[in-house]
Amino acid sequence: MSAAWQDEVFTALQRAEIRQVAYVPDAGHARLIERAHTAPAMRAVVLTTEEEGIALAAGAWLGGQRAVLLMQSSGVGNCINMLSLPSNCRMPLLTLVTMRGEWGEFNPWQVPMGSATPDVLARMGALVRRVERPEDAAETVAGAAALAFDSTAMVAVLFSQRLIGAKTWVQ
Amino acid sequence: MSRGLDRRQAVAALLREPGDLLVVSGLGAPTYDAAAAGDRPLNFYLWGAMGGAAMIGLGLALAQTARRVLVITGDGEMLMGLGSLATIAAQAPANLAIAVLDNGRYGETGSQFSHTAYGTDLAAVAQGSGWAATCTVGAPGELEGLRHRLRTEPLFAVLRIAPEEPPRVLPPRDGALLQHRFRAALLG
Repeated sequence: MSAAWQDEVFTALQRAEIRQVAYVPDAGHARLIERAHTAPAMRAVVLTTEEEGIALAAGAWLGGQRAVLLMQSSGVGNCINMLSLPSNCRMPLLTLVTMRGEWGEFNPWQVPMGSATPDVLARMGALVRRVERPEDAAETVAGAAALAFDSTAMVAVLFSQRLIGAKTWVQ
Repeated sequence: MSRGLDRRQAVAALLREPGDLLVVSGLGAPTYDAAAAGDRPLNFYLWGAMGGAAMIGLGLALAQTARRVLVITGDGEMLMGLGSLATIAAQAPANLAIAVLDNGRYGETGSQFSHTAYGTDLAAVAQGSGWAATCTVGAPGELEGLRHRLRTEPLFAVLRIAPEEPPRVLPPRDGALLQHRFRAALLG
């Protein structure tokens, strides 16, 4: 049920030497979460709310490790003020966001935050990249990781709902 | 009921002979208390990011398993990040301790009562979140023992402090400066 591109994204995270994988459980990220839990070099950290992951990533960076935050677009809203932490402290941030509320959404409660997600991230200073096609996913994540950690930037990769929906939600 | 500990004396006692202890301080008075105890590069002072102090401590503790990490924060800051107590308990890092300076007030905004003044017991919240070791202290004679425990155990401690606000001692508030000097001191 998982797609090959998700394993390729995981490989990109491994190559980027990600050591801490913070997440709020999400169907679109299920494969990455599963892989992170079984990877010896990674620590998977389940969060109660997404802004915890921004703070965790800051602590990891202070301690010399790289982190990634996996979340759904609804979680981006929870992170807004905490993004002042990497922004003020000039710390890298890498987050992978599965989009809701933008394509074939059945739940109207997902639409407001999904619609605002790219603008909210950009307004808080993050660079936003978007993946529409499975063949672009790993390369986009690898590029985002290099941008985040080599150029000390806050970078969000948005996985479009069409990409996720077409590949993962069919059980 | 006692008035509570003097916060400056309490934090000075906890940070006595810090060695290579990694310290994260929550915004507001705990940051001033940590600075008053002696500025050092391995103090990471928060001036914002309310609710994030404990999670910064977790990321740091997971990255630096051979070092001790101590988060010193206030009751209001901890209340904003209560979920992080569950997140930390799930990871159970052996090298992370949290000390909450609890005066039942939001001191930075006019000393409005916090939830702990209305009955929330943060040590009980931590215990219920899965922390194996929690304690509450309120007497000066307990501080030396607490200092030792915070340096050796994964302990969640609540310090009952008096509501007085001592003069502010302001450390640098440039986050980039604080980040760079911390990493330089820790990582070389």
